[in-house]
Order: sequence, then structure tokens, then C-alpha cells
Amino acid sequence: MTAASDTQSAVQPAYRRRDLTGIAVILGIAAIGYFLFPNNLALLTRILAIALLVLSLDLVTGFCGVATLGHAALFGAGAYAAGMAAAHWGITDPIAMVVVGAIGGAAAGLLSGVIILRGHGLSQLVLSIAVIHLFHEAANKASAYTGGSDGLAGISPDPLFGLFAFDLWGRTAYGFGVALLVIVFVLLRILVRSPFGMLCRGIREDPVRVGAMGGSVRGTLVKMYVISGAVAGVGGALNAISTQVVGLDSLSFTTSAEALVMLVLGGTGSLYGALLGTAVFMWFEDVVSAANPFHWLTMVGALLIAVVLFAPRGLFGTAALLLDRLKERRR
Amino acid sequence: MSPVFQVERLRKSFGGLAVTQDVSIAMEPGDRVALIGPNGAGKTTFVNLVVGHLAPDSGKVMLAGSDVTGLDPVRRVRQGLVRSFQVTRLFSDMTPQEHVALAILQRTGRSGRVLGHFQAMPEVMDETRTLFETLGLVAVATRKVAEIAYGQQRLLEIAIALALKPKVLLLDEPAAGVPQSDTPRIEAALAGLPPDLAVLMIEHDMDLVFRFAKRVIVLAAGAVIFDGSPQDVTKNARVREVYLGNYANDRSAA
Ligand SMILES: Nc1ncnc2c1ncn2[C@@H]1O[C@H](COP(=O)(O)OP(=O)(O)OP(=O)(O)O)[C@@H](O)[C@H]1O
Ligand SMILES: [Mg+2]
Repeated sequence: MTAASDTQSAVQPAYRRRDLTGIAVILGIAAIGYFLFPNNLALLTRILAIALLVLSLDLVTGFCGVATLGHAALFGAGAYAAGMAAAHWGITDPIAMVVVGAIGGAAAGLLSGVIILRGHGLSQLVLSIAVIHLFHEAANKASAYTGGSDGLAGISPDPLFGLFAFDLWGRTAYGFGVALLVIVFVLLRILVRSPFGMLCRGIREDPVRVGAMGGSVRGTLVKMYVISGAVAGVGGALNAISTQVVGLDSLSFTTSAEALVMLVLGGTGSLYGALLGTAVFMWFEDVVSAANPFHWLTMVGALLIAVVLFAPRGLFGTAALLLDRLKERRR
Repeated sequence: MSPVFQVERLRKSFGGLAVTQDVSIAMEPGDRVALIGPNGAGKTTFVNLVVGHLAPDSGKVMLAGSDVTGLDPVRRVRQGLVRSFQVTRLFSDMTPQEHVALAILQRTGRSGRVLGHFQAMPEVMDETRTLFETLGLVAVATRKVAEIAYGQQRLLEIAIALALKPKVLLLDEPAAGVPQSDTPRIEAALAGLPPDLAVLMIEHDMDLVFRFAKRVIVLAAGAVIFDGSPQDVTKNARVREVYLGNYANDRSAA
């Protein structure tokens, strides 16, 4: 009894401290971004939205081992749900829009999870590609609701809490995005440490073992897909609120593939890797495409090859490994 | 006493190869049965059929009086039919403590919880600790499984199975691959299994078999050729021919 509660008090503060540090770092970087690039808040807000997509992808790929190239379906569903709620049904309160986006994303997560989880390995990947194309085509065909290839316009969110209007400079949208990211991040840290999170890690390592323990593999994965969909949906809603349009690109194969690239770049299975990968990729893309609009894709490709070859755990994973080694040497 | 576990005329062929031929076995609570037979006799296949990892061509599996042949493996585990693996299957990135906690949470229906941490659940921590004390795993409880000795990994397999509080436990070569110096610890763990649990153990180490089992079943080419006491198994001519003969020869050669 005492021994158990000893470990309890010894362990909890350790990870709580680490999480608090994480939140402080996110807020710090967000503040630096705000002051360094006051004219580029739209890009920073887009990074936040995509970061939510990549976090969501990390839940199914990094924590559960599901390979997917169709994850933007969840993001796009959230964006369209929030956008249509505002444009067609008069739901223009930004928080209500985020809730609608989360629900839309969760529904898309349920649907695509049920389809994708039918397969394993390569067939899973192929199913995920089929899913994103079906979603894309559905949004294109339903142009009466989605605006089709012209995009969905007419989204004008109310001021946040009735106080902060979504200004031309994107200050409100940026602050809103930072708040959403931090809230989601905290919730996900709790999730991945929970019994459910542990079960998911078990499934990633050996689903047969989990089954032999009496754990339901498919049920668990579908549940994670729904949670992941809600997270991606929040990202989609944020994008709809900040840009006030939703385009078909939010439901595209390219966005899905880029999200996977960002995740691998940052490192899977830690949440921090997802954030770092998104920030580095999008910043790099922005800088390089401005400097050399013709060869920027080549540069991005070179960066990726370098990371995959020399830091296969991704930027965050490799940094964490080096830090661990340093600590051990000092001991 | 009525049987807690009953297999009736189980059959399985892979293509033309009959790997399980009309196998029938019944066990009562507290039974200690050893299933032996030469390599490729179909012992692991039998376990896979019983727990539902393979579908039999025909036959029945009964657990505590009800037919579980149509149930998926996960349901069978939840009803108390638990197996261990011949080649260890563990989560290399996780600690023994996490493995056993996951099994306990699973058994008690809490593994789907999205809030809280098992280390903050005193009953889970207490049960984990008690199991590790019995099996001698306290020292490695919070190390990664990839870093602990193979013998300890085998003990952890047993710990996970016990954490599920099974009615019937099928152990597939619990001492396989363990260095000679560590087998006494496995044997001690086997001796300490709950007295009312029905245990079927597959094992090649005959010394272990004779010390553990009250009953021995011999499988050869997928069929049961002997089912009786350990004293009689060595006297049986067919068993000597297909199995113990080899065993005796191996011994004299070694
Ligand atoms: N999935 C499968 N497909 C085809 N043949 C199989 C399959 N699984 C097992 N076999 C064959 O069935 C026979 C029995 O295998 P099994 O693994 O059950 O033997 P075993 O008695 O456990 O042997 P060991 O003592 O080596 O563990 C072997 O000839 C094996 O090659
Ligand atoms: Mg075998």
C-alpha cells in the first residue's frame, strides 16, 4: 500500500513537470512567432491547424501503428463541417464551429477507420488512398453544399466570446489557434498515458499479444480513429475560421501525404515530434519556396532524405536519444 | 468433479497434412497435465485450435460446460481460457509492470479508460507487486522488456497469464530457450500456480514433465497415443517407439 502510493507520488510529478515544460515551450515559441512575424500570422495560424492534423495522425500512426495516406479526410471533414455550419446553418459562434468541426472529424474518423482497419500493411495503405479520393470526390460532387472546386465561401465567424473580432491581421485567429493547440495537447498527453493509451501502444507492438490478453484490437483502433478524427476536425475548423474559406485541397491526397512526411520528419509516437515536424516542414517550405520558387521541392526532398537516412527516429526522437545518452554519460 | 475444459474429436489438416486427428481431452480444476510429443507432432497447433487462433475442421471445445468453438479468441480469453506462447511475445518497449497492469485492467474492464494512470490505482499496483514477488520479478519491474533476461521474459509470460485469472491455462513450452541455470525459477513458478487452476503444459524437458505433471498425454503425428499417469508413460511400448526412445537415445548420446 505505502509502496504503491510512494511510486505514485514519485512518478506523477515527473511527467507532470515534463508536460508543464512542454506547454511552456509551446507558448514561448508561439509568442516568439507572434513578435517576430507580425505580418505573417496567417501562415503561423495555418501551421497551428496543420499541427493539429499531424498530432491526430500521430495518434493512429505513431501510437497504434496504422499506416495511412488518407488522414486529411478527417481534417477536411472538420473544415467542411465547420464551414457549412457557418455558411448554411447560421452557426457562426467560433467555439460552436470548432465543436461542429470536431464532430464532423470524428464521424469521418469512424467511417474511414472502419474501412481502413479492414486491411493490414500494404492493403491498409491502399484503402487509405481510396478513402481520401472518395472523400475528395464526394466534396467535389456535392458542390451545392461545399462549393465544389470553387471552394466554400461565406464563412464569417462571430467575434470570439463576443469580444474579439476575427481581424484582418489574423491576431484573434492566431490566439484562438494557440489556445486550441494547447488544450488539445494537454488532453492528448493525458490520453496517451491512460490505460487506453497503453493498450494502443501494445497493439502497435503486437496485436496478437493484446488479443491473447483479452483486449479487442479492432474496437480499440476504431475508438482511437474517432478520437483522432475529433482532433483533426478541430484543426480543420480552425483553418475554416481563420481563412474563412474551405477548399478541396483540405481533403486532398497531397495534404495527407505531407502530414505523414511532417510526422516522420519530427518523429512518431511522442506528440512533440508531430509539433516539431510540422513547424520545421512548413517553415522550411515557406523560406525555400520564397528563395527559390523553382527548386524548392528538390530542397524539401533533400531535407527528407537526410532526416530519414541520418535521423530515422525523426528530429525529436533523435534529439531525445542524444539527450538520454548525454545524461547517462554524466552519471 | 465435472470437467472445466473439454475438447471433443478436434480435427485439423493443412492441405493434405493431418496435424490434429480426433483429439479429445478433458481436464478438471486443479489438473496438471503435460502434453508431450516429438517436434512437429502438432502440439502448438492444438493450442492454436483450442484458443481460436486457428479454426478446426471439425470438433468441439467446451469451457466450464459451455461450447466456445464459435467464439473469437478474445471472448475465450475473457471466459478464462488463456495461453502462453512458445516463442515469447511481449511489448519490447514496455516494462513488466505495464504488461501486468494492462492484463489486470483488461480483466477488470478498465483498459478502455482514457483518464488516469495505472500507477495511481492502488489495487492494480498491489496486485502487480504481489505477482512479481511470487515470481521473483520485483527487481526488473520497471525496466524495459527488451533489457531483461530471457528467463525473466518467460516468467513475465506466466505473470501476464496469471493476471488474467484464468480457469484453464495452456503453457506452450514455458522453459523453452531458458538457460539451464534459470529453469529452477520457472519450475518454482509452475509449482506455485493456483491449486484450482487447470493447467496443460507442453514441454520437451522430461525431468520438468515428470516433476510437474500428474498426467501425461502423448501426441504423435497429430493423434493422442497415450493418456495416463507419468509412471505408465515410460512403460508404454508405442510411446517408447515414437518419442521416449528418441529421448533415451538423445540422453545416452549426450
Ligand atoms: N499454418 C500452418 N500451415 C501449414 N502447416 C503448418 C502450419 N502450422 C503448423 N504446420 C505444420 O504442422 C505440424 C505441427 O506443427 P506444430 O507447430 O503444431 O508442432 P509442435 O508439436 O508444436 O512442434 P514443436 O515441438 O517443434 O513446437 C508441423 O509439421 C508444421 O510444419
Ligand atoms: Mg510447438
